[in-house]
Amino acid sequence: MSELSVEDRERFEQLVLPHVDAAFNLARWLLRGRSDAEDVAQEALLRACRFFGGFNGGDARAWLLQIVRNTCYTWLEKNRPMELSMEFDEELHEQTTATPEALAIIADDHKRLTLALETLPPRFREVLVLRELEGCSYKEIAAITSIPIGTVMSSLSRARRQLYFALANSSQGACP
Amino acid sequence: MRCDFADSLLQGYFDGELSDRRAAEFERHLRNCVHCATELVDLDLLRDSLQLAQLYEPATASLRRNINARLHAIAPTTAASQPLLWHWLAAAAALLLVAILLGRVGHGLRSDDYQTELAGEIVDAHVRSLQSGPMTGIASDDERVVKGWLDGRAGFAVPVRDFANNGFALRGGRVDVIEGHAVAVLVYERNRRPINVFIWRTRQQDSPLRTGSQQSFQWVDWRKEKMEFCAVSDVDPVDLEQLHQLMISSALA
Repeated sequence: MSELSVEDRERFEQLVLPHVDAAFNLARWLLRGRSDAEDVAQEALLRACRFFGGFNGGDARAWLLQIVRNTCYTWLEKNRPMELSMEFDEELHEQTTATPEALAIIADDHKRLTLALETLPPRFREVLVLRELEGCSYKEIAAITSIPIGTVMSSLSRARRQLYFALANSSQGACP
Repeated sequence: MRCDFADSLLQGYFDGELSDRRAAEFERHLRNCVHCATELVDLDLLRDSLQLAQLYEPATASLRRNINARLHAIAPTTAASQPLLWHWLAAAAALLLVAILLGRVGHGLRSDDYQTELAGEIVDAHVRSLQSGPMTGIASDDERVVKGWLDGRAGFAVPVRDFANNGFALRGGRVDVIEGHAVAVLVYERNRRPINVFIWRTRQQDSPLRTGSQQSFQWVDWRKEKMEFCAVSDVDPVDLEQLHQLMISSALA
């Protein structure tokens, strides 16, 4: 079942392998770690290779990222099921009012942004990563995450608010 | 109290995902809604922070190695081994050549290694744009249309000018990814040859023009007003320098 013809392998190398960065980046943010991301991204790439016969020639990045996402969720269910039911307490965070200035000061703080992004539940974290880091359109995000475009928009809205509050809090020293 | 538009149209507007009609509708609303105007500023700040923090994590070298190894392990061998072997020998020879060339460049331009490497990535992106799909995400010679499309996606105000009168016709724009960052690209045409101008934000000081060539493509690079510009093409290098002059004297770049 894992046999690939030379032709298919070349097509796979041309169409899918250019998106290995995207695959790793999504896995890294969904799993919150490089080492797990490496394992899971590799597994996803091999699955993509096996399913390549079913690829209809559309958007190869979205197709690959969909497999990466599913592989990540399967891994999380098995290894860290708590994370999937993780919620972000919006009410608690909204009680602190941060000024845009406070946000600007930490604008380029890699560590704080990483921590803030990682406090978001996976389903909100992933839309932000796909939109802001990967530059995906709503249509692509909908295809990758299997949610309707309208939900992509509202998820992004909530994700951005959550990140904003998480950052504002961290700039006030509330969650170092 | 949040505005009803905040959860729906605002996000789509910010992301450049609304139809023209819906965008116009939202802009009318925006004139009278302080809440949405403030929220747009916040969204901009947030996007700036995410961009500046360089959060994108490209694949590790070991992941690439493992995938390549596994890929070759599951591909058929016997019948195809001969041509494949040649394929790989040719690839290895090409890599060696590149390594030698890079080594030379490295000696001459040690202080500018980073720049050379970056130019290499940009030339690669240029080649990709020639090989696959349409070169433009938005195909238009209208400065405002191209700018409207690019600004939302690139996350900053992209200076867009058509220089058709000077022989550099604007063909459109797209967003590309260089070193994991979204970069705005303007596509011009000069004597039927495409020119890609890559533009991204930088925190570095302004710099004068630098030029170079890689893989038989020419590039010119300069920084102005916290933006870096790199134009790549196979046109005459003099043409690229002329485009640079036009861009800096148009007071936009």
